[in-house]
Amino acid sequence: MSNSTDIIRAGLKKRYAREKRFRFFGIVSLLISFAFLLVLLFTIVNKGWPAFQQTYVKLDVELSEDLLKVNKDSDEDALYSANYSKVVKKSLQKMFPGVKGRKQKRALKNIVSNSAAYDIRDKVIENPDLLGTTQSYWFLAKDDIDVFMKGKIDRHLPEDERRIKDYQFVWIDKLIEEDRLEKRFNTVLFSNGDSREPEQSGLKGAIMGSLYTMLVTLLLSFPIAVAAAAYLEEFAPQNNKWVDMIEININNLAAVPSIVFGLLGLAIYINYFGVPRSTPLIGGLVLTLMTLPTIIIASRAAIKSVPPSIKEAAVGLGASKVQVLFQHTLPLAMPGILTGTIIGMAQALGETAPLLMIGMVAFVAEVPNGILDPATVMPVQIYLWSDSPERAFTERTSAAIMVLLAFLVAMNLIAILLRKKFERRW
Amino acid sequence: MPTQTIIITLIALLIFSYFLGQKRSIAVSSINNGRRDLHSRPHYYGYMVAIWAGIPAVLILLLWTAFNNSIVTSLTISTLPESMQTQSKDSLGLVVNELRNLADSGQIADEADPIKREAASHYQRLQGISKLAKTVIVLVVALLGMIYAWRLINPELRARNVVEKVIRVAMILCACIAILSTVGIVFSVLFESIRFFEAVPPSDFLFGTKWSPQTSIRSDQVGSSGSFGAIPLFVGTLLISTIALVIAVPLGLMSAIYLSEYASKSVRAFAKPTLEILAGIPTVVYGFFAALTVAPFLRDLGESIGLSVASESALAAGLVMGIMIIPFVSSLSDDVISAVPQAMRDGSYGMGATKSETIRQVIIPAALPGIVGGILLAASRAIGETMIVVMAAGLSAKLTINPLEAVTTVTVQIVTLLTGDQEFDSPKTLAAFALGLGLFVITLLLNIVALHIIRKYREQYE
Amino acid sequence: MSDILNTVPGMPSADSLERSEVKPENHRSEFDVEINGTVGKPFVDNAKMSSRNCNVFYGDKQAIFDVDLDIGNNEILAMIGPSGCGKSTYLRVLNRMNDTIPICRVEGEHTLDGEDIYGKKTDPVLLRARVGMVFQKPNPFPKSIYDNVAYGARLHGLASNRSELDDLVEASLIKAGLFKEVKDDLQKPGTGLSGGQQQRLCIARAIAVDPEVILMDEPTSALDPIATATIEELMDELKSKYTIAIVTHSMQQAARVSQRTAYFHLGKLVEVNETDKVFTNPEHQLTENYITGRFG
Repeated sequence: MSNSTDIIRAGLKKRYAREKRFRFFGIVSLLISFAFLLVLLFTIVNKGWPAFQQTYVKLDVELSEDLLKVNKDSDEDALYSANYSKVVKKSLQKMFPGVKGRKQKRALKNIVSNSAAYDIRDKVIENPDLLGTTQSYWFLAKDDIDVFMKGKIDRHLPEDERRIKDYQFVWIDKLIEEDRLEKRFNTVLFSNGDSREPEQSGLKGAIMGSLYTMLVTLLLSFPIAVAAAAYLEEFAPQNNKWVDMIEININNLAAVPSIVFGLLGLAIYINYFGVPRSTPLIGGLVLTLMTLPTIIIASRAAIKSVPPSIKEAAVGLGASKVQVLFQHTLPLAMPGILTGTIIGMAQALGETAPLLMIGMVAFVAEVPNGILDPATVMPVQIYLWSDSPERAFTERTSAAIMVLLAFLVAMNLIAILLRKKFERRW
Repeated sequence: MPTQTIIITLIALLIFSYFLGQKRSIAVSSINNGRRDLHSRPHYYGYMVAIWAGIPAVLILLLWTAFNNSIVTSLTISTLPESMQTQSKDSLGLVVNELRNLADSGQIADEADPIKREAASHYQRLQGISKLAKTVIVLVVALLGMIYAWRLINPELRARNVVEKVIRVAMILCACIAILSTVGIVFSVLFESIRFFEAVPPSDFLFGTKWSPQTSIRSDQVGSSGSFGAIPLFVGTLLISTIALVIAVPLGLMSAIYLSEYASKSVRAFAKPTLEILAGIPTVVYGFFAALTVAPFLRDLGESIGLSVASESALAAGLVMGIMIIPFVSSLSDDVISAVPQAMRDGSYGMGATKSETIRQVIIPAALPGIVGGILLAASRAIGETMIVVMAAGLSAKLTINPLEAVTTVTVQIVTLLTGDQEFDSPKTLAAFALGLGLFVITLLLNIVALHIIRKYREQYE
Repeated sequence: MSDILNTVPGMPSADSLERSEVKPENHRSEFDVEINGTVGKPFVDNAKMSSRNCNVFYGDKQAIFDVDLDIGNNEILAMIGPSGCGKSTYLRVLNRMNDTIPICRVEGEHTLDGEDIYGKKTDPVLLRARVGMVFQKPNPFPKSIYDNVAYGARLHGLASNRSELDDLVEASLIKAGLFKEVKDDLQKPGTGLSGGQQQRLCIARAIAVDPEVILMDEPTSALDPIATATIEELMDELKSKYTIAIVTHSMQQAARVSQRTAYFHLGKLVEVNETDKVFTNPEHQLTENYITGRFG
């Protein structure tokens, strides 16, 4: 053995230590990334989980004809405009007699959400015979009560540091004792639009808004992207300046910050063409431009992977280029195109920034019924709720994130399944 | 007829013309020798008739809808008295808005000002005429097109070629939308920016160190002009992006190296998609996480070791943004590392190098251009990122490079300036477009350089 | 059909070999000669490296079957055979380059100076420093010529200071016959050289670590005839100091440079003999078929 062998042998230990260290760094950085992901998901789920439950209060409401100033024979308009919050107040006062002072009286009223009055109204209109009777109903509890019932308010804190005061605890304790407080599955979250009152706010408006926006995006971007991809792959002349320019533009569009698309939407669509702001239409128009590059790039890859032998066979049988495209290439490339489309739509579904520019950030309580109604979308709703000071909105924000993530996971799963199912090796 | 009804009628008409064309082609060909005489299959004649009926009508409908408002408005303005027409653009816009609302509300009679009453009812009348004319013209054009094409049909007509030609042109147009949108972006930010720079000199914008766009309502108030020095925004953007890259580049690069060089197949199959989940999470979620969890955590951590950390610190936003772009860096690095030929690795192993020595001294230097390109793309992503900074970074345009303080960024200011109700023409909103122009130019340059480097790098090993 | 399959060069599969043995007599082609062990002289007295019962598997597929072979001290052993016959795979067994392929499994005893190279105590890093390798395609690193040659020395810490390293680089380049051509361009990138120069750079790089054995995997297959001639001359000079095993496609090259020649066929070692004998009077029918150009 030569001299150099000994030298090498002497250095080996150190080199292997370095090797181990390097490998360790690799594992650590991977684990750090995973840890971030886990912490993120855990935080969201942990915060958002309680929002799928909501506290309800049972009240015995006396539907007094005197108090409401209507009777069974009143017409629907009169029934509609009667002051039902009075009977709610009355029933609370009856349960907790002797509440003094404006502040305390208001606090008492704030045990139930102000939606209680509307609930009673709907019931009375449906069945006017209820007037004059006493009924017990479950009503939505006010957000503070809900937050307390979910254990987020510590009653051992000094009184001025918590949202619920001592006298309110007396009421709450009594309600709990009489089994008048109950947590149920939060259907409001999925059946209501946005609201200023946390306990009445729901995601339905945002979900429908997202749906309409995605519909516009899909209807515009899918045909355009497929046509563009098919042209670039099958018809475009090689080494043509114009075609190069199109390709460069597609690549760059994919990397333009999303907020710039918002500026485009504001300056061109809204200010120039007068597209109504805050609507799924304008949202879809803007998101189309952002989704196009994704779908075009995916579609081109899918079209490219269709073997030329099939196309040549069809051409050999006398089919024109357009016929080959529609009868062979596109059907064979469709799984890949659809996968790309779903991924593009998932990106669009999570996009927020450009929509802020085009008025989709407005407060919209109504559930939209078409692409021209004012609407917001899920990510923007998340942004809006996260900005609200009420404590109860924090958990609703997390719940909304969970719903959004569920949609995204579902879309990606479909994409993966589609790819698995139709994956073809030529 | 409202636009929706026009569209539905039009669709029905198109379906009808398709069948009409098909029938006609069969009819004309069976006169001599039956169907075999036709140049194209019958359904191509159907498509051709539908195209003739549809395309001109749809084009007219689109153009009409797009320009209807501006034409009607300018016609209305021209009937206003001279004195009102010559007032400033802003107040004219106000008047027009008022007239529109008046006309839409249907309460013109309640308006006190007779000039406005007159103008509003004029506006209403014009809109009515326009609507009627639109319906009639669109449907008549569709019918004429249908009849014209119907008369064209004879067995020698090359219907398939016509249809295919239209399809090809449509495809080219679709491909050109990519160019159109770039042009649209450039125009939208450029024109508004030029208007902004008419009010605020570019040197003030580019080199000014004070940013306070709050213009006051009364002109005699202090600071009424606002100051638009964008340096603090650029510095803030740079600070947060740098923090993000400092976190994302080592973590992403090392993850990519581990996954491509060390990890077993099964680990890779699990870890790669998991890492990519980070890229699929919407940015608004990261923003929420940054504002609600990371920022308070950092503040408390700082407190416990005696540092004062702002509750909207640049560090929190940068950190979370860094996490967001980890998968971006790692997947791009993974690509370029895999592109390094196996011969390089063999050469190094064959000399007795360990794996890490090979990676550090051969693979990384060889992949460096590609990695740099990837980092530039990640940087452009970080600079343009909006939601995380909107939710987690502050609004205070402080000129600092201390990551523990609150800073603001270009994107945050664009959002702040453009959300909420304000006149579109104020320097405040126009400033947002100037910032957008800056953002667009910077990210465009970064992308072009990055893509160029990556392409050169790929060519090297092909 | 299976006749054709069996004669098509390519990775042999175990079952295709079996099938060839049970073929009916009347379909027997002249290539279907059975291989029962190795003929000739696979063993030498002064063995530098030796293998016994070498079997190599890629996943389920066996690439090398029961190879026994010695490489003598300071000799040049040439390995020839049709593509996919396993000669390159065997070469990579000798410095454990197959370790870098996850699905590859090596069986048998392999020794360097009597030490088991697959033993627990043997370090692949040290082994590869002692058994250098030159590859089919010149693969200089994307570094300067100087850094390419200094790479191994730096890794292993063979030079204690800059001037020692300079001397080492110069000496290696001189040995590889490249110094005159590049002495003024040592800081230029190694990838800028011509193909033949690149391959000599790779040889210089391998020599710089002061190996005992150099494995060459078709080192001239990517080069033009003039560059090939230069490298062949170089090999002749190198053999005084190093033991060399060379895989080659070119029978002329094997005849020109080697003392002994081994013929591989479908993963089996068919014949090993003195080079003169292999090319003038081969013992095995398959060897004769190959060197007379009937296939390969």
